[in-house]
Amino acid sequence: MLNTYDFPEFPYVQSEDQISGQTVRHPVVIVGGGPVGLTAALDLAAQGIKVVVLDDNNTVSVGSRAVCYAKRPLEIWDRLGVGERMIEKGVDWKLGRVFLRDKEVYTFDLLPEDGHKIPAFINLQQYYLEEYMVEACDRNPLIDIRWKHKVLSLRQYDNYAEIAVETPDGIFTLEAGWLLACDGANSDTRRMVGAEFAGQFFQDRFLIADIVMKADFPAERWFWFDPDFHRGQSALLHKQSDDVWRLDFQLGWDADPEVEKRPENIIPRVRAMIGEDVEFELEWASVYQFACRRVDQFRHGRVLFAGDAAHQVSPFGARGANTGVQDIDNLSWKLAAVLRGEAPIALLDTYHAERAYAADDNLLNSTRSTDFITPKNGASKRFRKAVLDLANKTEFARPLVNSGRLSTPTPYLDSALNTADGGAWKGRMTPGTCASDAPIVVGGKDGWLLDQFTGGFVLLALGVEAEPVDAGAFTPKVVTLGSSFDDPKGLVSERYDAEEGALYLIRPDQHISARWRRFDADAVKSAISKATAGAI
Amino acid sequence: MSLNLKPNIESPDDFYQLLTDAQRDLSDEDANDMNARLVLILANQIGSLNDLQEAIEIAK
Repeated sequence: MLNTYDFPEFPYVQSEDQISGQTVRHPVVIVGGGPVGLTAALDLAAQGIKVVVLDDNNTVSVGSRAVCYAKRPLEIWDRLGVGERMIEKGVDWKLGRVFLRDKEVYTFDLLPEDGHKIPAFINLQQYYLEEYMVEACDRNPLIDIRWKHKVLSLRQYDNYAEIAVETPDGIFTLEAGWLLACDGANSDTRRMVGAEFAGQFFQDRFLIADIVMKADFPAERWFWFDPDFHRGQSALLHKQSDDVWRLDFQLGWDADPEVEKRPENIIPRVRAMIGEDVEFELEWASVYQFACRRVDQFRHGRVLFAGDAAHQVSPFGARGANTGVQDIDNLSWKLAAVLRGEAPIALLDTYHAERAYAADDNLLNSTRSTDFITPKNGASKRFRKAVLDLANKTEFARPLVNSGRLSTPTPYLDSALNTADGGAWKGRMTPGTCASDAPIVVGGKDGWLLDQFTGGFVLLALGVEAEPVDAGAFTPKVVTLGSSFDDPKGLVSERYDAEEGALYLIRPDQHISARWRRFDADAVKSAISKATAGAI
Repeated sequence: MSLNLKPNIESPDDFYQLLTDAQRDLSDEDANDMNARLVLILANQIGSLNDLQEAIEIAK
């Protein structure tokens, strides 16, 4: 199995901390070197913060696991310098087809809006993603990844957490000013902290099989309800990189995972789906069941939860890793500001407020998809059948078909960090929303708007005279249409409703904090104060 | 309450006959399937989530 990929083996190195026997306090310790933990390391290091990453293994994710990566996380990775490589290696797609039995019920097109640097979605095996991030971490002197370091216990004090870590050389103690728990759905850290992780379990099992085949199926997401080749269940086919295809078969609750995982039982299922004459090889398989649940508080003292450790969703909709990376986007600038003593710890509580809100939105979407895919009783099954029958014939029923609602960023519409609009605005750039990209011209060359929003707060002045505003550590960089960049296609003006002039305050995580029609230094200052939990 | 609970169906007896005739020769299973489709078609006609929510509450 796994013939298309050679797993790197990262070296275990005994740390100076363990050799010296002295307990060292690190400003930030990240537990877990998966997509979320590695993103956290890169994002914090990008802001000048030293981090230690502890991972109990010494390689990347085994099996492709997470497959679909959405636009927003790719934008975050692009900002961190690793996105381009992922997009280049990944499979770009935008069409999804839904079948009932052997008939196509309807087709959806993600219809990505033109004029964005980053595609709507790519598919890429999780191990490539992790490999690229590990390489970027290794190049960064602020990041110290320690492989084969397993956290055994945790104790919290007023301003740090103390952890016992086991390595091949024994057990030693380490202190963390802040500990980021990015250790996945089965987070040991969460158990050690005693955080509650409540939600809904689903009584169903699914088989994932990754196969290598050279077939002329298109790079589309194909989802079957009750297919002829797998009656009474659902199935999914989706292309990844290197001619690897992700197949997913619903098995029902009574299936025995050990039996289903055996190649002799998987191969006939695959044959039935892709046809008798298509040559393929089985790469990796896993049987999973899932739950939709989240941690009670994203911050427990000095421990901050992110990714699957904080919230677990069903795989339908690609909301796991994609959401986790956005947790980090939200957390890292806040944590960096707190660590530098520029903002109060209260800013970190807004991490919980904003990301728990996003997690609940994801959980809701994920639970609804799951309820459609695995109906809980005869009546739900009947309604689903009715939806699918009608979707084939009539347009109105198609939006009711739910084979997974694909991950999009949740706007923090009610966040206490937002400054409410003073007047009427058109378009999507409401405070709390992730800033939209647009093609621009910078210094005579083609460029992208989002690439201008780096290095802290930004004041985006569109047809408005803006002066520099002194807000201490949070003094915004002024980006002005006409002098910093040009908007020949007019898409910035259109997306930011700037015909009458517009001034936007944009947070370090590229979310809209406030907007006005004209410049007022005091208004900008008080919006920054609001967006930083009263730091200025 | 915005849902119209006053008589609104034109020619109630004709409607009732249409409905029962359509299912006269169906098994319970097929009739239930048809009812589910009918609910969805009528729900789409109503459209408003508030009205649909009221209707669901009344039907419970």
